[in-house]
Amino acid sequence: MSVKVCMGNEAIALGALAAGVSVAAGYPGTPSTEIIETLVGIHKPGVSVQWSTNEKAALEVAAGAAYAGARSLCTMKQVGLNVASDPLMSLSYIGVKGGMVIAVADDPGPWSSQTEQDTRSFAKHANLPVFDPSSPEEAYMMVLSAYEFSEKYSLPAFLRPTTRVCHASADVDFDIDAEIKKSDGFEKRPEWCIFPALSYRRHGELEEKQGEMARDFDKMPYNRIEGCGRKGVAVSGVSYLYAKEAIAELGADVLLYKVGTPYPMPERLTKKFISSVDSILVVEELDPVVEEQLLIEAAGRVPVLGKRSCDMPKNGEYSFEIVKKALIKYLGLPQEKEEREELPQLPVRPPVLCAGCPHRASFYAAKVATKDLKKAIYCGDIGCYTLGNAAPLNMVDTCLCMGAGITIAQGLALADAGAKCLAFIGDSTFFHTGIPGVINAVYQGTDITVIVLDNRTTAMTGQQPHPGTGKRALGDDAPALDIETILRACGVKLVSRVNPFDFESAVGAIREAVGFAGVSAVIAEAPCVAQLKKPAAICFVNDKCIKCGRCIKEIGCPAITPDEAGRAVVNAPLCTGCGLCACVCPVSAIERGERNGK
Amino acid sequence: MASSIVIAGVGGQGTLLASKILAAAAGEKGLFVRTSETIGMAQRGGSVSSHLRIDAKELSPIIPMHHADALLAFEPAEAVRMLPKLKPGAKCVVDTDKVVPTNVALGRGVYLAEEYIALLKEKCPAALFIKGAPLALSAGDIRTLNIVILGAAAGAGALPFTPREIRAAMAECVKPKLLAMNEKAFELGLKAPGVRW
Repeated sequence: MSVKVCMGNEAIALGALAAGVSVAAGYPGTPSTEIIETLVGIHKPGVSVQWSTNEKAALEVAAGAAYAGARSLCTMKQVGLNVASDPLMSLSYIGVKGGMVIAVADDPGPWSSQTEQDTRSFAKHANLPVFDPSSPEEAYMMVLSAYEFSEKYSLPAFLRPTTRVCHASADVDFDIDAEIKKSDGFEKRPEWCIFPALSYRRHGELEEKQGEMARDFDKMPYNRIEGCGRKGVAVSGVSYLYAKEAIAELGADVLLYKVGTPYPMPERLTKKFISSVDSILVVEELDPVVEEQLLIEAAGRVPVLGKRSCDMPKNGEYSFEIVKKALIKYLGLPQEKEEREELPQLPVRPPVLCAGCPHRASFYAAKVATKDLKKAIYCGDIGCYTLGNAAPLNMVDTCLCMGAGITIAQGLALADAGAKCLAFIGDSTFFHTGIPGVINAVYQGTDITVIVLDNRTTAMTGQQPHPGTGKRALGDDAPALDIETILRACGVKLVSRVNPFDFESAVGAIREAVGFAGVSAVIAEAPCVAQLKKPAAICFVNDKCIKCGRCIKEIGCPAITPDEAGRAVVNAPLCTGCGLCACVCPVSAIERGERNGK
Repeated sequence: MASSIVIAGVGGQGTLLASKILAAAAGEKGLFVRTSETIGMAQRGGSVSSHLRIDAKELSPIIPMHHADALLAFEPAEAVRMLPKLKPGAKCVVDTDKVVPTNVALGRGVYLAEEYIALLKEKCPAALFIKGAPLALSAGDIRTLNIVILGAAAGAGALPFTPREIRAAMAECVKPKLLAMNEKAFELGLKAPGVRW
């Protein structure tokens, strides 16, 4: 065993290795990404690790491995589980042989997500057990228990960390030299094929297991009652630490029920807790999962306060301050004077496309190419390029979920005949769920233009490879799937490839595609700036600058700001010398040159 | 003794590595450490903060209001944003170079430099204000600014670690080929002169 300061996601990966996992598959998504990245970094012999095409593929790969008796891990962010929900729901009936853990990271806040959905609700919906860690060190232990539990009940088990567990760090005792659990090979049985008659039987068995699991959870150390008094507080996830710190500061007598497995809730412990208190306050982020189960179990014998009673916020992330305030009210302690420090107005720092980002050039080229159209609608998608919605680009009119842009554009085209619809999609998202939308567009004969923003990586989550990059997760070579060939195979008749920094050509290609009747596509190819070595070029402003501010107002590059006199100034360390600003300048005051000596 | 340190900056400035090094330093000392980071979308030029809670296990991973013993700010506006986190008398190190977001140049939002400076001077009279960029550049790369600030904080006695403990932690966290440059940045930071605003 060794002790190390580990990030929660790292601890989860180490836990899986300690449990003898041999297959791990995931799709990148904040805040889950570092689980697979840790396994890639360790690269333990005999452990196969993959970035799958999407979450559905990842879950099915992990399920297949577990069918054969291997221990498998599947990782994704909460919205990824929506994509993987089809195999998930059937898998709860079919079950697994080897242990399978589905680590799904939730994002209260949300900080980097489309929704604040709660994977604990999903687990309940699928009748599957869920472990909800309060800290990185607990996440490590829970992964080990989740594998045991999964094998005992022949069901996949969820681990549901949240952002404040995934991206928090703490000292973790770990052991990664554990032996890999050997798979005994797939054993052919009729029960691996789902049919209605089997589903009926399995549904009954699954319902039976709920009670058994609830009783088994009584024995787990993650579920416990601490403290004293008749005032009950039930907590789940990281709220445990908020509550612990607040209770310690208040010096209050509270009977604290720490729920580490929010579904199914431990049976005996829950009954014991309810019978030991006069009232209960439930502190849990996102859905009232523990609260509703306590309400049912308490059956009106003691009041259960929480989200339903408006004692706790229903949305957003919790904090020490929120929990302490709720506890003060609940315990009838004197209200603290709110010391609101008056701060001067601070700059808002919305995330922006990096200086030199090829997406900025692609968006700007599309803007120029479509400026004479009566109406153009720009459908966006999920990735760095969602940031193209910000001023001054204003080039993302819609964004819904992975792969939706291409299909939303088709619906808009049907209902707004006067508008030309363009769909922007990144390369990784194209492979994830973009392709079926292209096929639909061709099949339905819709008139849309798809612009694939191909920067050769999954950029937003930190440069993961995908099927188009020619590399696999562990860095080995893979066949690079060609986006143009795929588009043509899907029946797209006009496909062009451009470098968006070859600005005039890019504008021309987009103009041609937009003018084409039917599905057309432009692949804008240029590598993500995060993959560039130290840039050789730089832009500089010469004496011709007329302080018009056009370079700033048109493209919003973070590397150009006005000086006090209004003259454009290039921030040398940020500039990559992409030259887009030079294309925009009306008086040729910006030049592109060599970085001298540096 | 338990201590809480907040590191504030703008995405891309390297707050994450600074936090990692301090966490490793706590590890070197055998102290339990709990930290929390801003990772994801906000890293693209957004406000980011790292929270370290040292030698106290059952604490929130985010430092509550009025609970921070020290602030390391990579940028003045971000220093002001974190003021409500500070205990009275908390130790502060602030880099005085402004990072003005693009949207201010576009007329969306403000950057009230004078007000931030005045407030920081008023609220943290003992703070060390430094200009880290020239030191980072003379160490060899502007990206060592985070290590310069770490050095300045160690020099100002703002951290519960000795410079030696931090150097050892740095050796653990920094890529070997970049270590010499970062060590130089740390030494320059240790002796960083305070600037007058």
